[in-house]
Amino acid sequence: MYWNKTIETLSPADLADLQLKRLKTTLAQVMKVGFYQKKFRDEGVRLEDVKTLADVSKLPFTRKQDLRNGYPFGFFAVPLNQVVRIHTTSGTTGKPTVVGYTRADLDTWSELIARNMTMVGLTKDDVFQNMVNYGMFTGGLGFHYGAEKIGMTVIPSATGNTKRQIEMIQDFGVTAIHCTPSYAMHLAEVAEEMDASLDTLKTGLFGAEPWSDSMRAELERKLGVTAYDSYGLSELFGPGVAFECPERDGLHIWHDCYLVEIIDPVSGDVLGDGERGELVVTPLMKEAMPLVRYRTGDVTMTIEDGCLCGRAKKIARITGRSDDMLVIRGINVFPSQIEHVLLKIPEVGNQFMVYVDRVNHLDEMTIDVEIDKGHFSGELHDLARIQKKVMKQLRDALELRTTVNIVEPGSLPRFEGKAKRVVDRRGSM
Amino acid sequence: MTETRNYIIKQISVFSENRPGRLAAIAHALEEEKINILAFSIAEANGFGVVRALVDHPKKAYDKLTSIGFNVAFTDVIAVKMRDEPGGLYEIAKILGDAKINIEYSYAYSGKEGAVLILRVDNAPAAITGILTGGGTLIETSVFH
Repeated sequence: MYWNKTIETLSPADLADLQLKRLKTTLAQVMKVGFYQKKFRDEGVRLEDVKTLADVSKLPFTRKQDLRNGYPFGFFAVPLNQVVRIHTTSGTTGKPTVVGYTRADLDTWSELIARNMTMVGLTKDDVFQNMVNYGMFTGGLGFHYGAEKIGMTVIPSATGNTKRQIEMIQDFGVTAIHCTPSYAMHLAEVAEEMDASLDTLKTGLFGAEPWSDSMRAELERKLGVTAYDSYGLSELFGPGVAFECPERDGLHIWHDCYLVEIIDPVSGDVLGDGERGELVVTPLMKEAMPLVRYRTGDVTMTIEDGCLCGRAKKIARITGRSDDMLVIRGINVFPSQIEHVLLKIPEVGNQFMVYVDRVNHLDEMTIDVEIDKGHFSGELHDLARIQKKVMKQLRDALELRTTVNIVEPGSLPRFEGKAKRVVDRRGSM
Repeated sequence: MTETRNYIIKQISVFSENRPGRLAAIAHALEEEKINILAFSIAEANGFGVVRALVDHPKKAYDKLTSIGFNVAFTDVIAVKMRDEPGGLYEIAKILGDAKINIEYSYAYSGKEGAVLILRVDNAPAAITGILTGGGTLIETSVFH
């Protein structure tokens, strides 16, 4: 099924024409942003140099750090009175990245969500429970408005209280859910414990963290759904950037809205189909916060083969990151954020190690930190108090519950050169 | 109050992760310095612990353990003699209770000169006075060097 069949199935030539037209509009829009005026001038790039889509490779990259430096509104290309919504995404050292939307941006975004949900067969006859955070995180409101656009019955259940979530699925006859794959697994297990049947469910939309095909099989068996992978990031509106079709062999990225490149993350060279690298996107329909060659940090490749559904070129499921960002229960975490928190707590040292595990299908982050020599009183309860303090401050900064181990001074590894402070043990998902 | 000071004993408290071999490392270091451990206990919480020990040379033990990287602190405790026979603990516990002394933690040993109860209390001078008034016998600081 198609939400917007004409656009979704444009011929390659028509699509390229549309992309070039929109790229030029976007470039005119980015020149309203001080960062780009300076960047283009410094690098000697002129808009007239961009005559074809391939010319985009002459343009400079935009990195997440650039967006952080622009905090809060440095990347807005429109006056604030045209920005109708703001979301944020976690930053590395406390300050988040701000993303803004005009009314047209919200329409574009919800259109993309509507395309994705229609693509997997959802209609206005479906009852949709949206089990993700509804706050500053883009996943909640993003899916909410897309589903409403289709006319689905939307239950904005947000996160938490799994038993209540299960009761609502049963009582409201929910047919489709959206959440992180790890939360879906948790939901399935709680339902099993409650001996609750979830037989109205047929579709599961899962995203915001990487998940394997074996986890897909497990979720489908336990929840009785067909599971689809959802990809997006706040800087590119939020969820909805790319999505699996019923073939479930790669994700369709919406080329009329996103100009896609895959690059070698080290050299910056553009790679061809089938070559794994970092996804770089120039959004083509963003008004409030247009971007040029945004480095997503996500590792994927473009898939040469066409798809039975007739939509354009797919990208492979995301296999990792080209930087040190961790995704824990759908939340982005940079090791530098942890370091920043520890620096402000005198009772502990600045060395740390992060261990990430998947326990009962949920991500668990454990942080080892050394007690500071001068702050050991000899009393166990003082140690426990320090441990609690570190956990609370990490929780406040990361919006994530962590386990903190207090270890002996000098016992953690010291690194010369690039530190390897993260041990991700989630390999066997 | 000068006399209560004579009964305050320096326990060494050593921070230790809860993993195999840590106690051995502490004990071996003390052996190397010919320090005798009179009593010790281990308190544990959430993956880490504190090894508490009464040793004959607290300062020497502190220096040695610190030099090999341990995090060590002195903690004031008091030590009450007990009769090493049934009812011995009750006698002392009753004195403590009657004197309204609150114990933070405690451990005991039974050695050559009888049984000893080591106490960490929130107000040591008050506890010392209470125990002495109640007829208890405290070990003097001078026993330790």
